This record gives sequence, structure tokens and C-alpha cells, in this order.
Amino acid sequence: MWPERRTFLKASLLAGGGLALEAFIAVPARVLAAAGGAGAAAAAVHAELTAFVSIAPDGVVTITARNPEMGQGTKTSLPMIVADELDCDWDQVRIVQADADFARYGAQTAGGSNSTPSSWLPMRQTGAAARAMLLQAAAQQWSVPVAELTTSKGRIAHAASGRSCGYGDVASAAAQLAPPAPESVPLKQPGEFTVIGRAIAGIDGPRVLRGEPLFGIDTRLPGMLYAVYEVAPAHGGRLVKANVEAAKAAPGVKHVVPLTGDGDADSGLADGVAIVATHWWLANEARAKLDVQWDLSRAQGHSTAAYRARAGEALEKGGGTELRRDGDPDAALAGAAKRVSARYEYPFLAHGSLEPQNCTALFKGGKVEMWAPTQAPARGRELVQKLLGLPALEDVTVHVTRCGGGFGRRLMHDYMLQAAAIAKALPGTPVQLIWSREDDIRRDYYRAAGWHGLEAGLDADGRLIAFTDHFVTFGEGGSTARGANFTPTLPPADLIPNLGFTQTTMPTVLTTGWLRAPGSNALCFMSQGFLDEVAQAAGKDLPALMLELLGERRVIPPFGGRGVPFDTGRARAVIEKVLRTSAWSVKPLAAQTDPAGARRAKGFAFYFCHRGYFAEVVDASVTGTEVTVHKVWVAGDVGSHIINPFGAENQVRGAIIDGLAQALAGQAIEVVDGVVQQSNFHDYPLARMPITPEINIAWVKSDNPPTGLGEPALPPVIPALTNAIHAATGTRIRSLPVKLPAA
Amino acid sequence: MTYRLHINGQVHAVDVPGEMPLLWVLRESLGLVGTKFGCGMALCGACTVHVDGQPQRSCRLPVASVGDAQVTTIEHIGHTEIGARLQKAWLDTDVMQCGYCQAGQIMSAAAMLAATPKPSRDDIHAAMSGNICRCACYNRIETAIRIAAGLEPAGEPQQERDHVA
Repeated sequence: MWPERRTFLKASLLAGGGLALEAFIAVPARVLAAAGGAGAAAAAVHAELTAFVSIAPDGVVTITARNPEMGQGTKTSLPMIVADELDCDWDQVRIVQADADFARYGAQTAGGSNSTPSSWLPMRQTGAAARAMLLQAAAQQWSVPVAELTTSKGRIAHAASGRSCGYGDVASAAAQLAPPAPESVPLKQPGEFTVIGRAIAGIDGPRVLRGEPLFGIDTRLPGMLYAVYEVAPAHGGRLVKANVEAAKAAPGVKHVVPLTGDGDADSGLADGVAIVATHWWLANEARAKLDVQWDLSRAQGHSTAAYRARAGEALEKGGGTELRRDGDPDAALAGAAKRVSARYEYPFLAHGSLEPQNCTALFKGGKVEMWAPTQAPARGRELVQKLLGLPALEDVTVHVTRCGGGFGRRLMHDYMLQAAAIAKALPGTPVQLIWSREDDIRRDYYRAAGWHGLEAGLDADGRLIAFTDHFVTFGEGGSTARGANFTPTLPPADLIPNLGFTQTTMPTVLTTGWLRAPGSNALCFMSQGFLDEVAQAAGKDLPALMLELLGERRVIPPFGGRGVPFDTGRARAVIEKVLRTSAWSVKPLAAQTDPAGARRAKGFAFYFCHRGYFAEVVDASVTGTEVTVHKVWVAGDVGSHIINPFGAENQVRGAIIDGLAQALAGQAIEVVDGVVQQSNFHDYPLARMPITPEINIAWVKSDNPPTGLGEPALPPVIPALTNAIHAATGTRIRSLPVKLPAA
Repeated sequence: MTYRLHINGQVHAVDVPGEMPLLWVLRESLGLVGTKFGCGMALCGACTVHVDGQPQRSCRLPVASVGDAQVTTIEHIGHTEIGARLQKAWLDTDVMQCGYCQAGQIMSAAAMLAATPKPSRDDIHAAMSGNICRCACYNRIETAIRIAAGLEPAGEPQQERDHVA
């Protein structure tokens, strides 16, 4: 799965005695560069610490969590992998969160559902190697062959002599040994796992429930002040003049600092005025007293309505830049026995992570120390160094705190840069910057809106022979805006002979970015919604069409040689599984009508993203314009093992409800002249408990290394829902969020 | 102005403007950071505390209006019988993902169980719909409340794994 990476191990003696074992992965420079680690990409090969485990003389096993924890559960699930191969008791394990350190850990990014696939093998090897070293040390001490020793729950036993000891007893001796080559260490057989596959509660749970400080916003430093950062009302606005006297005189306010940035809100500092006070609420209240003149000219005309009109014009006009062309889609469409066409669209979305963006910073003696809830600490550190003009990366310390939700928002570093700039203006004073919810909704890196003009052609036998999509998205100068790109491998690509994907871009002043299952969260709605239409035109249902398209089991190499291969057999297996668990009835598609007059039906969708194969069925009913989701069946294949069923099922449930909320709660970010119209949870609603359906999860285990679960369960639920609405009412949903016409 | 607040069984004197919401007094004057800021408009419930046993959104509760009322926060709820039961059920069910909203969820659930020891599904939805969980741990929140109320056996509902292949 990560063929370019090789693990090597380094052992050392802990300061207080005991074994420390570090596993490094050699990462070629071009892989690093692709991951965004420009700072170290110059080196031919970079050694990145992927696992760090230590065994103290008292037997306590400490495992370092390299990547940030935001609720995705890897702070618990990845150490479980090490602990299992080490064969220790989970109760012996302590987990420490690593600070940002590119030279040591690499990018440390939590995103893309990448942590699990990239960690699975090296973490197993590390645990197994540590166990092998402990065994060797015990064998030497007792002068017995290693092969006669066994381990269980952190203890070593020699059955023949009746001797036994704890790992801690031989940990210091083991530290003197040369670590084995990782590939040579025997790994457990799947049936031997004692920790992997167990439902283990999240490691920080007890502390969260006692209200202990864990999150970035909980950081407290002596003498700390609290800050807000007022930015232009419109995206892309520049600061012209600020009269700050009245704000300075407001209760509790200590400093008011106008800051001029470089105008690049993506990786630099947005212009703004910082208000720093004894309490955050006082700083926030003082915003009303600011008198700031902004230049908003750049944002003129950047409105949802204008974007939609331009997209409509582009779709009328046709054409666009070619992204992929297989066969001759135009000729195949022209000669098709039956044609289906439709337009699909979806809005900008915000992330709404519940912990507002925040960062604590202390600038002192030419160095800055930061406490940041971030998904990508290494990149943030590099950007802060650049913004503050500090000579070395070591002048920036980033402590990684628990994140109160991420969803991709905290892959961006605007709030870190703002905190750093404010702290630099107030040397010696620790400052905690907190965004209001309004700041957060209005200055997000939004999931980009998009428009699709779709055409499909069927032959006389009802087989799909041609498919084209003209995608209208955002971008400038030939490049696509962040997170607004197409996926040229989405169904039915690679499954039919004639295919055309084209793209037209238009500029936007809104900052766009990655939202959980980026690209897929929108593209799957289009792909599986439209293919449901195609299936109906062909007189079948979507699962039947998908199974027909997938055909015989085979592995399709990634388009253009980049990305991950697609295994049609794995796709078939999850589809067949969910059809069984949901008791899907192939025909007829007629909806049931319940006694209350609701129209009720099931809908289906499949998607493959982030290495995960997911097929989902939604059972929904419609009464008037109200949609109720009763039950969702999920079948997913993320490889051979579910490392922690507790965390895994939480990810799937969260993704399902997240997707349902995107479709049903009324989520849409709208903009007028660059000003975002939504501001808080009253006009940007999140899922609440009553929306929650029953969710049935079936894992299809396949002989593949385990992959991540933060994202792939989300995309199919949206088209499964809209397909269910169509089956129930005959109304086709081609625009999100769902709005049903009043009868 | 100085206010004498009764919080978690102790009296704290704070000198802040009377309009300042209790949330910020707890978090920034008293260091009780378990109560969370989510929206500032009483829309998400992350800041829920008990005031004389009633659940209140502390982000919209001026400190001047608290008076002599007894305030209970997440830091203390484990010392109550219902709070301890809820915390145990929460951990046994592994409710949380990011955990940021969970203090507010527990506080709302504790107030509900004090008033309605054996809640129906509708009771639970009504009492908890003011608390947003962005990670959407709602199935397990409901399960944990039912376990704490003695309405179902501890542990995860079996139906979650009926179909493991």
C-alpha cells in the first residue's frame, strides 16, 4: 500500500531505565513534497518517526500519538496496533501526544483517512520488534532458548523452568540489544490478536467527562489575555483605516492592534484589528466600538446568484477543459437508442466544528510558543515561522492540543497565523485568540459549490454506453480552487467504453477547502443520483445497474497512474451485502404508503473513496415537504480488520448523520458581494438528535490492509437518501440541500 | 462589581461586569474550563450548567442574574448520583468522538433524569435536542442515557454488530 516506504528501528535506554524503541520510515523526497512538506523535501530521503514505544522498568508501556486527535479515534486505535504485537495488556499502556516536529515526525497531518493505512504495518513491526528484544533479553538472562519463551499480557514465561517476569524487568537489558530488521520479525496471525478488534473506549474519555482541560480553548497560562480578530465583512477585503480609540476605552480592553497582512488568506494573514482584553467576552463586545474602513471592491459581484447564473451559461455553452476522454462519447451519445440528461448542483458548505477556531501564543525572546488545535501542525509551524520572519523553524514551538472536531477545517492555519501575529505585537504576554461562531461561519474554507451538466446514452438493450459530465467549479488561471477538483475515476468511469469529463472554472473570493470526504461528499451525490436516473431509464434499479457495470472481479489501475486501484470485487461484495441486510427488493420500486399518508421507500448508493468501499441503503418517508429517515443500512469494506469497533462504528454513524444533515437540515452558505449571509447555528443548522435514524453497520472483511474511516462512509448516504425520496414521491432531487415542492 | 457565586458547593467572589455571561466567568475568572463555548447564542448547548438544578445555557446567562442560586458544572456533576451513573454509562458505551460537546450533553441529560427518571424516547429527544454534537454521536448518547436510567442493559446494543461478516 505504501511501497515507497521502508521501516527501520532504533533502540535506546530510557533515562530512568527501560527500553525505548523508535520506528522510522524512509520517505523519498518526492513523496514528502507531494504531502506538502516543502521544508524537508530538499533532502533525498527523510527519516520520519512513525512509532515510538517505551517500556519502563515498572512495566508501563508508553506509546506516542504522532498525529492530532479530533474525534477520529486514532489516538486510541493506532497505539492498539503496537500494543497487540507487543503482546502487552491494554491497561499497561499510556499514550502521549507529540508536539509538532517535522524533522522527527514528518507532516503529522490528520486528514484524508490516511493515518490507519500508513501506520498499520510499521506499527505492527514496532510492537513485534520490541517484544522480540524483550524476549531475547529474558532468554539471555535465563540462559534458555528464545523459542521456549512465551508472552502474555506484558509478561514473559518459560514453561519448562516455571520462570516468569514482567516486560519492565528486562526492558533495560533489552535496550542494550540491536533491534532486529523489521521485515524479519514474525507478526501475529490474525487469529492471535488480543487488542486489535476489541471495542476499546477512547483514551481521553474520562478526562473529557470530568471537564478537565484538554482542548486548545482550555489552554491557560499565567497572565494570559483573550483576543478577537475583526476582519473585513467581505472575503478578500483590505484594511484601509482603523479608528480604535473607542474600542481601546471599552471595559477590560488592554490592547487594540490593527494588523495588515499580505492579503493571502489561504496561507498568510488576513488584514484585521485585534482586540485584546481580560476576558474574551469583553474583547468581543468591544468590536461594536471599532470604526474601521475596509476596501471591499474585490468582492463586488461575488454572489451566489451570480455564480449560479455563470454556471448556467457555461453549461448552456458546453465545452470546457478536457479532464478525461475515453472512446468517443459524442458519437456514442449521438447513436444511443435512449438518452438521459440532467443538471445537478450543490452549495458551499461550512465545517462548523464545535470548538471554535482558537490558538494560544506567547512571543518571547524572539521565539513563539503556541498551543493549537490543528490537524496539520507541521505546516502551521512552517507558516508561522514565515509570517513572523523568524530565522529557524525551532523558533516556533507548536503544542498539539485535542481538537474539538476537525472535518478538514483545521488543515488550514489562518487562526494560528492571527494568534502568532497578535502575540508578536505583545511580546511577553500570552494571548488566546478565540473566534466567535459568527467568525467561524463567515470565514471558513468552504466546501465549494458545484454544477454538473450530465448526459448518458443507452443502447437498444438498455446498456449504458456513454456518459459525459461538464463540471462547473471554481478556480483561476488554469488551476482549480482548493478542494473544488473533480475525481476522474468516479462511476461509471473505467466501467463503460465512452466517457467524457470536462471542466469550466470561474473565480471566487471565498476561501475554499477540504470538508470531510472532500470532493466525494458532493460528486457522489451527482454520480449516484444521476445513475439512478439512468437505471430507471433502462428499466432497472441502481444496484442492478452498478453490479452490471462492475462486471467480473478485477482490479482497475488508477487513472493516469496516480492514486489507488479500484477492486470491482470489493465493490460488488459491499453492494451485495447491503442488499441482503436491508432486504432490498429489486422490483417493483413502488413506494409504500403508510396510514398517516406518508410516502415511504428505500434508496441505494455506492461509492469508493479514501480506500474504503461503501454501499448504503436509506429507508425514508415523505409527508408533505418533510422527510424522515427511518433507517440506514451500511456495508463497508476497509480491509481485513476493524481495529477498534467502538471508534469505527462511531465514525460510520457520525458520517451517516453528517451526510443526512447536509441534505436535510438546510445547510447552505450563500454569499452576496463577498459577504457570507449565514452566521450561526440558527441559519446554518447542524444535525440534532431527532434527525438520527437507526443505523445498521455490516463490515465486509477482505484480505487487504486496514484503511481509514474518517470519510468514506459519508458520500453514499446523500444520494441513497435522494434516491429514496424519488422512489417514494417521484420527485427527483438534483439540488442540495433537499427542498421538496409544497403539494 | 463583585458577585458572590455559589458554584459546585463553594462560594467564589468575582469582580466582573454584571452583563458578562456566566460562561466566561466560569472559564476565564475561575478556571472551570469544562463548560464549553460553542455558539454564544444558546443554540448548541455546549455551555449547559445547572442553576438550582435547572439546565441553563451559561453563554446567555448574565452573571448578575445568578444571585444566590446554586450553580453546578461538569467538574462537579460526577459527585452527584445521577451524574456518576451517566458518566459511567457514557464511558461504557464509548459515546464520544471529539468530546467537545459532551459536558453540555451530560449536564442536559442529568437535569432530565432528575426530573424524569424513566424517560421515553420522545422525552430524551425533547430534552437533548438543544445540544448539538457535531460528530453526531446521537445514537450512543441516547443509548447511554437509557443505560443510566436502567432502561437497557449496559454495553453497546447488539444490533450494531448483527451483521459482521
